[in-house]
Formats: sequence, structure tokens, C-alpha cells
Amino acid sequence: MKSAVKKLSVCVLVFAFSPASWAIPQIEEWETANGARVLFVAAPEIPMVDVKVVFDAGSARDGEKSGLAALTNNLLDEGAGDKSADQMAESFENLGATVGHAADRDMATLSLRSLNDPALLQPALENLALSYSQPRFEAEAFKRVQQQTLAQIEQAAQTPGSVAAHAFYRALYDKHPYASPVEGTTSSVTALTPEEIKTFHKHYYVAKNAVIAIVGALDKTQAEALANTLTKQLPIGEPASALPAPQDLTAPQTVHIQHPSTQTHVLLGQLGVSRHDPDYFPLYVGNYVLGGGGFVSRLLKQVREKRGLAYSVASYFGFQQVAGTFIASLQTRNDQTAQALEVAQGVLKDFVENGATETELKAAKQHLIGGFPMKIDSNREILEYLAMIGFYRMPLDHLQNFTKKVDAVTLEQIKTAYQKRFHLDKFITLTVGNETAVVKSEK
Amino acid sequence: MSCSRILPRLLGLCLLQSPLVFAAAGEVHEFKLDNGLQLLVKEDHRAPIVTSQVWYKVGSSYETEGKTGLSHMLEHLMFKGTPSHPQGEFSRIMAANGATENAFTSQDYTAYFQNIANDRLETSFELEADRMRNLLLDEAEFKKERQVVAEERRSRTEDNPGGVLTEQFHAAAYQTNPYHNPVIGWMSDIQHYEIGDLKAWYAHWYAPNNATVVVAGDVDPKAVLELAKKHFGKLSPSEIKATAVRPEVKQLGMKRILVKVPAKQPQLMMGYKTPVLKGSAPELLPDIYALELLAAVLDGGSSARLTKNLIRGQEIAVEVGAGYTGFERLETLFTFAGVPTPAHSLDDLEKAIVGQIQAIKDKGVEPAELTRAKTLLRAAKVYERDSVFYQAMQLGTLATLGLDWRLSDSYLKEIEKVTAEQVQAAAQKYLVEDQLTVARLEPQPLGVNQRITEDQPHTGAIR
Repeated sequence: MKSAVKKLSVCVLVFAFSPASWAIPQIEEWETANGARVLFVAAPEIPMVDVKVVFDAGSARDGEKSGLAALTNNLLDEGAGDKSADQMAESFENLGATVGHAADRDMATLSLRSLNDPALLQPALENLALSYSQPRFEAEAFKRVQQQTLAQIEQAAQTPGSVAAHAFYRALYDKHPYASPVEGTTSSVTALTPEEIKTFHKHYYVAKNAVIAIVGALDKTQAEALANTLTKQLPIGEPASALPAPQDLTAPQTVHIQHPSTQTHVLLGQLGVSRHDPDYFPLYVGNYVLGGGGFVSRLLKQVREKRGLAYSVASYFGFQQVAGTFIASLQTRNDQTAQALEVAQGVLKDFVENGATETELKAAKQHLIGGFPMKIDSNREILEYLAMIGFYRMPLDHLQNFTKKVDAVTLEQIKTAYQKRFHLDKFITLTVGNETAVVKSEK
Repeated sequence: MSCSRILPRLLGLCLLQSPLVFAAAGEVHEFKLDNGLQLLVKEDHRAPIVTSQVWYKVGSSYETEGKTGLSHMLEHLMFKGTPSHPQGEFSRIMAANGATENAFTSQDYTAYFQNIANDRLETSFELEADRMRNLLLDEAEFKKERQVVAEERRSRTEDNPGGVLTEQFHAAAYQTNPYHNPVIGWMSDIQHYEIGDLKAWYAHWYAPNNATVVVAGDVDPKAVLELAKKHFGKLSPSEIKATAVRPEVKQLGMKRILVKVPAKQPQLMMGYKTPVLKGSAPELLPDIYALELLAAVLDGGSSARLTKNLIRGQEIAVEVGAGYTGFERLETLFTFAGVPTPAHSLDDLEKAIVGQIQAIKDKGVEPAELTRAKTLLRAAKVYERDSVFYQAMQLGTLATLGLDWRLSDSYLKEIEKVTAEQVQAAAQKYLVEDQLTVARLEPQPLGVNQRITEDQPHTGAIR
């Protein structure tokens, strides 16, 4: 009796909530004189500024030299212009600024967080610009960072989750540039040279291949000056060329990798879609029901809650420039692998065949719409959205329209999208663990 | 804010002053309900959201041998229903309200949180108040969840060489102090819990007078207080029997262990016994802040000593770091961890780290280093305002340790006072060999990383 009353009060709260009463950040966009794209949101409340500079220079641009993009990015804090690595680090940190850099398959980024006081911000920005405009790429630093990368590759090899992820990308993308690990392999990284790094940098770290995201206590004029400081030393260059479209799998693949772990890591999946796909919202909302929705998804309920087979079980789309991934993953004690696999496959099959229920769709919309303010409640998160919207050329009103688009998704759209996109008869079934018998028994 | 725009030479001074001005923003309101529940509210009106956190003064350091990990196990079971909100309802209602919710357990606390739209705070209070006193603790649900926790342990520890090393390191460094045990518990303890253990643990610790509710976000403190009275106010308090904490026995010399597990990468962990704020005599408090600065001088960024000298410089480490916090309940460790480059051994790395410590003991720290470390800590105090969750976590941690939450504001003032001489003295006093524990991970073969592929079409892969 009591719980029925609770349900009612929850519904009332949901409908009372009106996201329109609160200002979703307005993105301002422009291009610098030399062609870099800038996205800016003013956030006057805290006297600080966050900046992210994104180049289309992720590992998809490695060509035959796997690990080239990541190593180039990693070398950007190792000295530039008249500053050694030590001097560079000191000059940021004397100003109270923190910096970071990262590379994934699509992006190579540099980020800066600084107080907004111009006397601190301006030198920090100049330092950051120097780091990617005039990197030294000295032989000594190259060797050191190459060694660090090799150590990172060793670490990935002892971590079953990383072994599984790498093998999954290999199986899924085959000859496509997304197939290789971002950090490269032991042999590919060992073979890299400083000259290759310099050539890569010259080609891709250019204004027309850059997106700059800015969030902080600045006005538009200050943000424009900031963007100019960050780009004025960059050559104009050209945007990176379009990536090839990955090919759908033509046959199922079952891969097992032996690893001395107590759990088996299971990855089931296939190609996902790009960020521009017309089915983006039906797939996204549908996946909340299937395996994206934390403690209420079907996968979690069936694998963890009902059977206690796993701690972590989820499904997710990796939306990329071209078709990304769809992965359902779980980890379970080695001897339970067959059982967990069967449950997860059953959930997937049922979802692709029958889609979501009305109750599930309603709950998904309530969560995604009601939870939207929490996705953009900090400068850090807004910065990530700006970088994503800018880099993937998503509509500037993406945040304004997000809840509307979620709300517009229908059961039919979800069912159609999943039936059109999912080919369970050509899925990848990947296991990493201490149980060769699991795969054998399936035959 | 713009003094340095006019007088660039006053850069340091301006840095020193500006964050203190900002620290005044976001005032904290403290309330206490009649049943003993503590409520802390911090306003942040940037977005129409709130983080609501319930902190209990119980964690793995409250546990006894044979029942390690009980606090964490109970944390899992807190999602398994009450008579008025049966199994599944908590997460269903929270999800339908857009909440991001979860929980975390440490050595010193167990905490539950929801990040939620500010007009849904009442839902959070209603459900948290309900499960504070009315948890079902059904045996069948418990048995399944125990398996889930065992899987969690396999992921975090058994299959993670770094996790095994850390666990073994703590077990060696702490002999009688309960930090000896892992937060998640030893596997054999997990497998032998009984439902009665969980019921007793819940009855012992889960009561309003053992809890702190922290709310940060776009809220009116008075309205939050009224909501808290409405939902938590009606709960009856318990008599919380404080359990005696077994102190660490005096360490009588360096300890050294080897951890041999299948892995590719050698790793090193080192830790020196150090005091914490809680329970320290007043004259020791400056030591705590000096140790915090010592950690910052060693590892407070890419220009700090360890990265500058051991990763660059001598090129002995591919990774190296130091860590210390005075904000724990019991005696703690000033730690070092690292991975040597392929050209160097664990021996080389250990000697190099000890060398860095010795250099500070012998020659102290440069004024520029100390200034830089303080500058970074001041800036971090401004940056942390970007996360309401983090701000609430700070308050919850302090309150749950039994410290004054105002320390989150006075922290910087104490840091400012620390002199180069005090940092040097702290290194001389605490980073001494007799108080050191060293753990080394020596990799064993992983076995064949054999890839077995079957890519011919076959039916039955998906059933």
C-alpha cells in the first residue's frame, strides 16, 4: 500500500520539474584569423579559466606507425622554444596553473586550468601555446618518453581489462586505423624516430585542424584574445582528411585469450555508429534500458542483481568520428563464464528482437531528462561538452535540444534502430581469463 | 583580484591574497537535530542541482579480525530494500528522478550520495532516512550480494598486481593498527560472513547520532533544515558503543617484503609511519602541515622533486610519486611508490628515492620550491569550488573523522605558516629508516598470452 503512494509522489515531482527555468549554457563560436575553431562559455562565478585545445591528431592518424600520435602528444611537455622541460613545468606551476595532455583514437588534446587573473593567466597561456607550437622533440626526451610508453604497454599487458579491450578493437576494426592500441605496440613504439614525430606534428598541429574550448570567468573579448594567444604561432595548415568508414563484420568471431586471472573478462560487441548518425538518440536511450542505466539496466538486473555473477556489467556505445563501438562487458569468476555469457547474450537477443517496454522507456526518459542538469553542473563538464561539440561538429544547440530529443524517442524508433544496426549472428565474443574450456565447450 | 595587473611584481603577494578573499564564498551552515544527527549545508547556486550525502562513522578500521570488510558488505546491502521501499525500489526511484547515486566505504567512513536536481532533495532525504533505520537485510539477497562483493574483490585486488602489492604492503606496514586490513576485506572473511553479522553491524552503527548529512548545491539552508527535521528528525537515536581502537605497536626497525605475482612490471612501495591531525597533541600539529608540504615539494606537480629528478634528471623511474594526508583517523604512512625504467632495478629506484629524502634532510628545500608548492595548494583551493561533490566530500570527511569542518577553510592558513626549516625538520623526524616498510613486486611469468580465434561462422553463439 505504502509503496503505491510513494510512486505517485515521485511522478508528481517528475512533472513538476521544468528544465526551461534554468539557463543552459549558451555557446559562442568563432574562428581565429588562421582558422582554428573556438567555442566559449562564460562562467563568471569562480575566478578561474579552463581551456582545452583539441587537434584531430589521435591514433587514427598513426598510419603504419602505431603509437606515433600518442608519443607526439606525450612529448609536448618535454620542452619547447627557449624552455627546457624543467623550466616549462616550473613556469606553469609558479603560476598555480595545472596542465594535462592526452590522446585517444580521434583526439590529441592539451588542457590548462588557471586562475583568471591576467597576470597569471596570460603567461600560462603563452606557455601552453609554446608547448605545442614550438616543441623541441629533443632526442633525449624522445628516448625517455619512448621508454615510459613501453612501460605503459607492459602494464596494459598485465591487466586483463586492457588485454581484452585491445583484442576487441583488433577483432572489430581489422585493417581500419582504429584497430591499433592508442599507445602502440612494443615493436611499433620501439621503431619510432624523432623525425617521424616532427613530421607528424608539423602536419597535424595546425590551426585549421584545431578546436579550442574555453570555459571560465572571462568576457567574450577576453576569450577572443585568449584564443589568439593560443593560436597565433600555429601555421594555418589543413584539416585532417576524412577517416575511412569501418567495415561491418561479415562473420562472427569468438576469441579467447589465456590470462592467469581469477576472473574472465567478457566483451560482446560489434560496430557502433558515428556521432552524426540519425539513430543516435534511439540507440542512446535504448542503451540506457539495455545496459547503460547503472543499477536499473536489464544487464545489471539479470547478471548481477538476480544471479550475483558479476560486480561490473554494462553496455555502451563509443561514439567516434566514424562508426565507433558497441560493447557489452562483464567480469566473472572463471568457472561462471559460460553461465554469465549465456545470460548476457539472452538479454541482448531479447532486446534486439523486442526492444524496450513502455515502462522502461518512460523510466529512461525520466532519468536522462531529470539527470541532465547534473551533466553540466561544473566548468569541467561544460568544457568537455564544448570540446566534443566542436571537434565532432555537432550542432551548437546540442545542450539546448538534448532533453527534447530524448523525449521524442519512441519505442518503435528504438526497436527499428536496434534491429537495423545489430547483427547478433556476426557478433564478436571475446574472453580473457584462465579458462580455455569455456570457448571450446560452445562448439 | 586585479592588483597584479597594475603591479606585476606583486604577483606572489596577489596570489597569496586572492584565494583568501574567495574562501569566504560558499558559507557552511551547521545544524544538529535533537536526535543527534549533524547537518552541514554549503550553498553553491551555479546550477539547479544538489549533492546529498549521508556519512556514517564506521569503516574498515572499526572492524575486527575475521570480520574484515563488513562495513563495505553492509554498504552493498543498503540498496536491498526496506519494508516501505522493497528491493530494487531505491535505485528505481532515484533513477526516475534523474539522480546519479552510489556509495563508498573507506577505512574511516561509509557514505551514500545522490547528485540530484535541487527540487528532488526531499526524495533523497526520504529514502536515506528510511534505510538508516529500517533496512530489511534479507538472507537470500545477502547471499547473492556476497558473491557480487567477491567478484568486486577479484577485479580490484586478485587480478590487479598493483592491488595485491598495496594490500600486502599495508598488511606488513601496519601490525596492530586496523589499517592492516583491506577495506574490502580478506576473501576468506567475505566468504564466511553470515546475515547475523550484517544485522549486528547495522544495529551497532546506523543511527542518526552516528551520521552526518552533507548537502551542497543550489539550496536554502533553512529549507534543508526543515526537510531534514521532517525525514531524519523522527528517527530514534541509538546508544553507540565506541569500540576501542588498537593502536599500532611501535615499529622497531625497517620491514621489507617481496610480493611475487604474475605481472610484467616491477613496482615499489615504501611507507614511513607518520602521525595525523586527529588525536595529535597540539604541539605536533605544525608537523602535520609540514608533512603535507613535504609531500607537495616531492610530488606536487611536474616541477616537483620526484618527477624532475627521478623521471627526468636521473631517468630511473617511469612513474614515481609520494603521498601523505593528515586527515585520517589513525596513525598513517607517508608513502612513496614507483616503477623503475627497464634500464634500472627496484634497488636503484629505492636508493634514488632514499637519496631524494636524504637531500632534503641534509640541505632543506629551496624558498622557490616552497613558494611554488604553496601557490599550487592555494590555486587548488579555488579550483575545487568547481565540484560541489568534492566540497561536500571534504566536509563529510572532516565531520566523520571527528574534526572541525572549518579545517577545510583554515587549512590554507596553516599551510602558509610552514617554513622551509619545518619541512626539513619533518623529513628528519619522520622519514627515518626504523619506521620504514618496503614492499617490492617481483613479476612472475604471466603464462602464454595465447590467442585462440575461431572466426568461421557457427550458430549458437547467441542463444
